[in-house]
Amino acid sequence: MRRNLSIIITILMVGMLGVIVTGLTFGDPGEHPMDRYFIENSQIESGANNVVAAVLFDYRGFDTLGEAAVLFTAALGVSLVLRKRRDD
Amino acid sequence: MQMSSIVKTTADVLFPFILIYGFYIIIHGHLTPGGGFQGGAILASGVLLLLLAYKYAESTNVVRQVVMKSLESTGLLLFIIAALSAMMLGAGFFFNWLSPGGILFGDIVAYGSGTANLNTGGLIPIMNIAVGIEVVGAISVILLALLSGIKEKI
Repeated sequence: MRRNLSIIITILMVGMLGVIVTGLTFGDPGEHPMDRYFIENSQIESGANNVVAAVLFDYRGFDTLGEAAVLFTAALGVSLVLRKRRDD
Repeated sequence: MQMSSIVKTTADVLFPFILIYGFYIIIHGHLTPGGGFQGGAILASGVLLLLLAYKYAESTNVVRQVVMKSLESTGLLLFIIAALSAMMLGAGFFFNWLSPGGILFGDIVAYGSGTANLNTGGLIPIMNIAVGIEVVGAISVILLALLSGIKEKI
């Protein structure tokens, strides 16, 4: 009984995934107005010649802050797990 | 296992050049491809070269774990302070207040493609340096913690 139920649920979820995936359009993304804005205005607004650096550290600064925090936490976790035990 | 003297000599010769390249990538982050994360990873690869060429106990004389941990914390603190420094002037968080005509990195960049000027970008180079310091510290801490478990025959 439970086995049949799990099979039905699996088929349902795979079908839902298939409907979602086949409904998506891949390739040829529509041009967002922000694309042209970044290319044309990032030099004036941020003062950096590199648009990627301007996006990383100026427009999307919070994202970089989160990345730095994630890296900090990763190093903290590794050094916590692999620390020297006192008993050996 | 003890590495051969060829490996040790190669590591000795290559280590300063790897450091110079990493610093170049970090400092020119607002002009050329690269930035704090990439340059920090290059610097950490130099640390990894030393750790692999020499024995763990020997290389920890140069690459100390305490120094790397403090570098990591210093980088993140410097990044947050650079982001908060705009709020002291009444602007928003992460506002690039140094960019036009500031004291440091304050030259006005010419619009369009042209020769790059290092003295531009405002807060962006400072944040690049902060992130680079943090990345080299964090990856070195991870490498030191992982490589400390290697069994070495002396």
